[in-house]
Amino acid sequence: MTGWRLADGGPVIPNFGHGSECLRDNGWLCTSWVRQHWGDILQPALVQHIELTLIAVGIGFAIAFLLALVGFRWRVFDPPLGAFTDILYTIPSIALYQLLVPVTGLTVTTIEIALVSYTLFVLYRNIVAGLRAVPPEVLESARGMGLTRRQTFLRVELPLAAPAILAGLRVATVATISIATVAAFLIYYGLGGPIFDALGQPDIFRTELLASGGLAILLALSADALLALLQRALTPWSRLR
Amino acid sequence: MLASLFVDAFRFIPDNAGLLLSKTAELAELAFTALGIAILIALPLGLWLGHRHRGLFVALAVSSAGRALPSIAIIGFFVAILGVGFWNNAVALVVLGIPPILTNTFFAVEGVDPDAVEAARGMGLTEEQILTRVELPLGLPLILAGLRIAAVFVIATATIAGIAGGGGLGEIIANQAAYGLPGVLAAALCVSAVALLTAAALALAQRAAFRRMAPTA
Repeated sequence: MTGWRLADGGPVIPNFGHGSECLRDNGWLCTSWVRQHWGDILQPALVQHIELTLIAVGIGFAIAFLLALVGFRWRVFDPPLGAFTDILYTIPSIALYQLLVPVTGLTVTTIEIALVSYTLFVLYRNIVAGLRAVPPEVLESARGMGLTRRQTFLRVELPLAAPAILAGLRVATVATISIATVAAFLIYYGLGGPIFDALGQPDIFRTELLASGGLAILLALSADALLALLQRALTPWSRLR
Repeated sequence: MLASLFVDAFRFIPDNAGLLLSKTAELAELAFTALGIAILIALPLGLWLGHRHRGLFVALAVSSAGRALPSIAIIGFFVAILGVGFWNNAVALVVLGIPPILTNTFFAVEGVDPDAVEAARGMGLTEEQILTRVELPLGLPLILAGLRIAAVFVIATATIAGIAGGGGLGEIIANQAAYGLPGVLAAALCVSAVALLTAAALALAQRAAFRRMAPTA
């Protein structure tokens, strides 16, 4: 078995030697450890993870939106752009991280580039599909009302595509939170940090694995719920699924 | 620099064809075993729930929970339970592969035009016949779309299994010290190729299903 991480190092955390009985038995969730290390391990990792996700989804959305505008306006570009985002998505993350290291080094930038490239897959497809789904008769009446092409896009097509776009944003955000845990293969950063640390222990440090993995799941579910509320607030005319 | 890396990677492929082939086979074995088990569990369940128009809440919960699961933590969790080897990874991949198949199957069958189902019932078809002869064919495109998402995801995640003793191409990818960056790139290209080929095959099946469903379109 190869090592869990690319470069071993980083903080050496748990020590089974002393501590509660639960820790000595490598129990599944020792509350004493969680309480003790919330401040120095779990909370900082959670904050880093939220930062990673916000930046990745923000930049990813901006790029995907521009690409989608191109693919929507000029249909010929849609298949190649779609295939491009497909291919990016199939590159295994642990390989992509290593390939980026010679260019951007062992940095958060490297992680962000990989995360952004994975968000494009979901976002591009959803934005284009949402814009395409606007019924032709609606566009016809917009033209009949004398709206320019730009006005049609901003006042008719974009609002009607909003539910699909926001649905894509939800999926991309949740997926990014989940994928970002693998980033700690590269450097100790985000919730993947404690996860990989737990896995690197000879017998797998169960409490740390469960606490940090559980936090990642909770973060993803909260983000999903939050975006669902946003979806409902921004598009009150569409029924929430 | 990047160009020379690709040149080296393409040189690595013929030089290590045997190694790459056997590691690709290992990856495919792991991924397709997991995918097969996930299909066996999720497909009948999704068909049944969709047919009964029950479990909307279950389907929605499974879909968002499924996306939220961090793959590395799930793989680690099963290492802690089952130890290092084939099955810890296979079980983890089954868990990760079920949600997209289950949700898509559910919504595919649930969304079939109720008039078509009523008509079939009126013609005296049994519930089982309605499911296999009406709902399944009509929902097939969406079901296959779910399979495609699951397949790409399981194959890409199976590489992470390489760092958990799962063997396969992930073992090369996670071991830059031994294989060098060209080796990592070559193995990654193999993973992408397997994922894209599988996705393409399922996309063709999807298109065929669509065409059969709407011959005039």
